[in-house]
Amino acid sequence: MKQFVNEFISHFLKDKEGYNEIRETLLSNLILLNEIPAPTFKEFERATALVKRYAGYEILNGSVDEMGNALGIIPGKNSENNILVVAHLDTHYDSTVDHNVSVNTDHIIGPGVGDNGLGLAAMATLPYLLKHFNLELDSNLILMGSARSLGMGDIEGIRFFLNNFKGNISSGICLEGVKLGRLSYSSIGMLRGELVYQIPEEYDWTKFSSEGALVNMNEMISKILEIPLPRKPKTSIVLGSIRGGTSYNTIPTKVALRFEIRSESNEVVDKLTQEIDNLAMEMSSLTGANVEFKKHARRKPGGTLFSHPLNRVARDIHSMMNIKTRLSPSTSELSAFIAKGIPAITIGLTHGENLGEENEQIDLSLLDKGMAQLLGLLISLDRGFEDEED
Amino acid sequence: MKKIDNWLKNNTYHHSDFSDIKKMVEEKEKRNLTISLCIPTLNEAKTIGKEVVIFKSELMNRYPLVDERVVIDSGSHDETIKIAANFGADTYLASEILPNLEDRRGKGENLWKAIYQLKGDIIVYVDADIKNIHPRFVYGLVGPLIYRNEVQYVKAFYDRPLASSTGIRPSGGGRVTEILTRPLFSIFFPELSAIIQPLSGEYAVRRDIFEAISFPIGYGVETSHLIDVYMKLGLDAFAQTDLDQRVHRNQETRSLGKMSFGILQTFFNRLEHYGMTTQMPEFHKILRQFQARDNEFELIESEIVEFERPPMISIPEYIKK
Repeated sequence: MKQFVNEFISHFLKDKEGYNEIRETLLSNLILLNEIPAPTFKEFERATALVKRYAGYEILNGSVDEMGNALGIIPGKNSENNILVVAHLDTHYDSTVDHNVSVNTDHIIGPGVGDNGLGLAAMATLPYLLKHFNLELDSNLILMGSARSLGMGDIEGIRFFLNNFKGNISSGICLEGVKLGRLSYSSIGMLRGELVYQIPEEYDWTKFSSEGALVNMNEMISKILEIPLPRKPKTSIVLGSIRGGTSYNTIPTKVALRFEIRSESNEVVDKLTQEIDNLAMEMSSLTGANVEFKKHARRKPGGTLFSHPLNRVARDIHSMMNIKTRLSPSTSELSAFIAKGIPAITIGLTHGENLGEENEQIDLSLLDKGMAQLLGLLISLDRGFEDEED
Repeated sequence: MKKIDNWLKNNTYHHSDFSDIKKMVEEKEKRNLTISLCIPTLNEAKTIGKEVVIFKSELMNRYPLVDERVVIDSGSHDETIKIAANFGADTYLASEILPNLEDRRGKGENLWKAIYQLKGDIIVYVDADIKNIHPRFVYGLVGPLIYRNEVQYVKAFYDRPLASSTGIRPSGGGRVTEILTRPLFSIFFPELSAIIQPLSGEYAVRRDIFEAISFPIGYGVETSHLIDVYMKLGLDAFAQTDLDQRVHRNQETRSLGKMSFGILQTFFNRLEHYGMTTQMPEFHKILRQFQARDNEFELIESEIVEFERPPMISIPEYIKK
């Protein structure tokens, strides 16, 4: 198997003329899908467009489900096994942002091209690639543009699918545009929360500590940063965004802080959650303001072992193409697979810059390796790992 | 005018009328037609890559609707040519085509030289500055030519992205169209005022027509096409297709002034060519404009009579006063 995959990848990378057409299809999918705005909970138009991209290929059940996931199935020769390839549909950008992308000789620029326009485009290109290389899989290949993935979406799309799909999913690949070499096979414990500090209308401004919501939130942030974090198990608190205030000279009455607690230990996540809860109550009683702690998403740690054949195959493919493997835990779609005990990994497809900015940029020169990696993995997953175990 | 109403009803399309590209390719092959795509460029590095990739992937690889895709450049200083070539487009400098002729610069020059360089029975022209490029910019225009032999020239029109609280919004062309071209057409060639965006840079034409008319090389090229084809074949040779929104760079008023100046020159040249300056025709008094209501375009006709009073000094009451 290993030899077959290696030969396939070598052939893929050497056939420059064939790759030009693959690149055109991939970029075309990227442009046409990425330019449709898809903020979390508003992915329907992009989902519909993705299903339309399957037209002309032998795809069964091309449809958008009730959660907004865009699905299609390429039937395999043995219909009992299913491999699920998933890329999230939603982006961090509001519909009002100009989603048009610009294509240059060696890069593409535009909001969300890396996260996750490229992942989605790579998935949409799989039917074409299988046809192009005349590859017929044993397993059914389920393609899924997952809705409600980011932020408050809380990977609701894939969780819905895995809870309701009647067949057996043997393994999964989650696609992210960036970064080539990424390999995630475990999920860390996570709590995604929001602290909302709001001063009531009838607030007594002569009261002690009444400098306004921003100052008090600042104090709360300082206290969060003073919480001692263990080095083992690895733990961190990421302060992701803060919103509040309207002008230069108006004292703000509402401020919201979004953050994530991440730890390899579920107990540590629980303990830190409790500590932040206590801080919120303390600040509320000290200032008389309402401090609400909203919990948007929770993940438990888990995953396969480093030595699992799926992970080993992924590392071998990287090694064969001189790609440096970057191991990192994930809190996205992979967590849903892990929660169901399904072996799965998350991979990246190329390098990028300005991630999360409207001028997000991805490198086109590495896409051949990114796509060869994906197909190599798919073939390996389809044909099993029997000869990988020794 | 009943003729305009009928034409608008029968010859105005929406790109979705042609979204079954597979069927269109079959019809094209049945009719033994070939289609060439020309993208005239001048410093379009920001948008050209996307255009050549999308058209190749969607309309050549996926559905073989377009037989060749050529970029003809006026001498860009940026990476337009490099990017287009990188994604496999055939690229030419306009000056390299018919090199024995005197070198002229202008978009019309590129369009004219495309007739020499390209091989197709149908030539589609698409400007290179479109930010929201999509295959509809081509299939929406060639559709009427593939299905209807009598149609010779298909023009694009767009719904401009304007905010409106009433559900009715001004539509039609840009500022030069509404202030200059539409009033001129309404006076001299009233049937041509049925064309919603006469200056749009996207159109598809049969080679037989374009090889037999002359081309101004500058701003007046689209105006002159419309007048010449109309004078040869009448309104029924035209069709127009709604391509939804077109997002592009906005031009400064000064540039629009230059454009208007070029169009006026072409317009008066055409009037002279057709003997309409020595024997001025009766001026028509109906101005035709369009407005969009939801997804429909409505023709608005306004009778505007510029009655003129004589000098006050010729009025008896004024003299006696």
